Amino acid sequence: MEPLNALVSLANFMLIPAFAYGSQLALGALGITLIYSILRFAHFAHGDTMALGTAAVIGGTFFLQARGISIDPLPTAILALPFGIVVMAGYLLAADRLVYRYYRKVKAKPMIFVMASLGVMFVTNGITRLFMGVGETRFEDGQRFIFTVRDFREATGLAEGLALRNAQALTIVTALIVMVVLFWFLNRTRSGKSMRAYSDNEDLALLSGINPERVVMITWVITAILLVLAGTLYGLDKGFRPFNYFQLLLPMFAAAILGGLGSPIGAIVGAYVVAFAEMGITYAWRRVFTYLMPEGLEPESMMQLLPVDYKFAVTFAILVIVLLFRPTGIFKGKVL
Amino acid sequence: MKKLLLASTALAFSAGMALADEVKMGVLLGFTGPIESITPHMADGAEMAWNEINESGAFLGGQTITSVRADSTCVDSSAAQAAAERMISSDGIVAIMGADCSGVTMAVLQNVAMSAGVPMISPSATSPAFTTTESNGLFFRTSPSDARQGAILAGIVMERGFSEVALTYTNNDYGAGFANAFEESFLGLGGSITSKVAHEEARGDYSAEVGQLASAGGDALVILGYVDGGGSMVRTAWELGAFENFFMGDGMYGDELIANVGEALEGTIGTIPWAAGEGADLFHALAEAAGVQGQSSYTRESYDAAALLALAAQAAGEATPEGIAANILNVANAPGEEILPGDLARGLQILADGGEVNYMGATNVELVGPGEAAGSYREYVVEGGEFVTVQFH
Repeated sequence: MEPLNALVSLANFMLIPAFAYGSQLALGALGITLIYSILRFAHFAHGDTMALGTAAVIGGTFFLQARGISIDPLPTAILALPFGIVVMAGYLLAADRLVYRYYRKVKAKPMIFVMASLGVMFVTNGITRLFMGVGETRFEDGQRFIFTVRDFREATGLAEGLALRNAQALTIVTALIVMVVLFWFLNRTRSGKSMRAYSDNEDLALLSGINPERVVMITWVITAILLVLAGTLYGLDKGFRPFNYFQLLLPMFAAAILGGLGSPIGAIVGAYVVAFAEMGITYAWRRVFTYLMPEGLEPESMMQLLPVDYKFAVTFAILVIVLLFRPTGIFKGKVL
Repeated sequence: MKKLLLASTALAFSAGMALADEVKMGVLLGFTGPIESITPHMADGAEMAWNEINESGAFLGGQTITSVRADSTCVDSSAAQAAAERMISSDGIVAIMGADCSGVTMAVLQNVAMSAGVPMISPSATSPAFTTTESNGLFFRTSPSDARQGAILAGIVMERGFSEVALTYTNNDYGAGFANAFEESFLGLGGSITSKVAHEEARGDYSAEVGQLASAGGDALVILGYVDGGGSMVRTAWELGAFENFFMGDGMYGDELIANVGEALEGTIGTIPWAAGEGADLFHALAEAAGVQGQSSYTRESYDAAALLALAAQAAGEATPEGIAANILNVANAPGEEILPGDLARGLQILADGGEVNYMGATNVELVGPGEAAGSYREYVVEGGEFVTVQFH
């Protein structure tokens, strides 16, 4: 029985990656939930706008690197974030002006909004590929590890090692800060309160003098910030590849719906549930149990519920189960 | 008006005449996709052979070969088939040098080449499945089957004292065929495989796959994949401390791998079809003179495949798909005058005079019937960021 080794092994292969992945999903799902509660449609272009925003950050990063500007040990991409956010905010506001505003004016049905966002998704996807290509772009620089497996083993003398990458720690810390700031903004500031009012009851909000176009604009700007942060952190952690961002759409929506659409806290909880379910169900638990079980009782099989290939199936199953049995999600959000 | 008609008819005729002097052959390789870093050099290798033939002026009474390039993508079968169909129907090629990856090659062979009756010589499709696939005598390859590479790699792993290994392969025909061949040989040598996991290309995150392999344990990780996914597997496994020792197959070989994966690769051992000897040396000298990266993987096999197609057409006396297909084995194997790279003009002359040739080329070509080739392998180790040859098998 070596519970410490079991815990370290679990943390190294599952808990840390899942926590980082969950934080990235949470930032994305928050954007989806915000757009859904204010603009009242499912934003299908979310994954691809995330890719475009990240592409802008990468462009900025390469520009800074070429000038020899860096903030070692942190990645240069952090410095390029404001540039990416400005580009993304401009892009989303332009998309709103060119596409969504018209449908808002004619009071189109939510489904038409969804289809319009699908169109925006394809266009955005094309633009990203035009600039970045379809291959992998790595833009992580600075110090790569906070501590490596070998450092950890030497320091603790345990058989199992634990690695913590810079990008993972950065992701978790940034996500926590952003969440706190977002809740403070929604609950304490005038703009945040007007957003919540508009989301709760559009007519009453209009009567009380809230400018709807301003609320919409603020929503897109906040979404841009969340998108660029989520995309950049994901890219730093796992490398940038446009198609992977499109694939993030499913887990992000699953997270937002599981938590309850329109509920920010729900999006965060949902994101972590999805991330840990994806990793936990496809994780081979044999090593962990070999440490935990008394000698002679070690498991023979891999102790794996589903093969790794079925990661997306797990998310899909979560989505279907939630929609069937609790369409409002954990935190009683709106029904899609 | 009459004059104009006459002039345009004359023009059409002369264009027709020009076409008759030109034989088109296809180069179907994955210029985009997971092996895009090596395919341009492969295409250059093939075209080097055709340039040599064109300069000799001895090909079918002074005809020239024009290369038509198309993208096989390596992974997308429908795109590869569309590209092959376009080459055959609109460009009018008589033979295909390609395709590259086993999955798309099989798709192009069975769905396009066989129905059109166009012969293919692949420089790099190494799946054991081709050995037994009935191709109506249309499919040949200049690289040996992975069945042999699997056996050789298994021997190398065992020899280094690793009897318990974890195995991962890229999830396609190449990876699965290679993995089965390796597993069979390795078990036969008394080794054991703790876990066998497929991985996809172009994923963002490989920690789940690595987690499964790590959970099963083993002294070393054997990766049978491509630079992209396989490289990410090595990097992830090393960073997570799951494995320290790696072995890999031919698909991983490439300078890009070292650039992408870095220090994790140090000490990694692998195999790749490779030829040493006079033919290979001659080829490298030619490649250097032509400004082609002859040291890249499968450039030699591509040169040989292209040369074989041309020699077969010469032996048939006509550049038709049927003629080429029927003569490939004759020109590739004994008996006959041995032909090495740079010597193609002599080969063409012998064939024109009714003699026989035994094309040796850069890789000591010997075709064991359609679909199978004999060949040798190079065992290499990564040392100081370079691939260093250990020995040949």
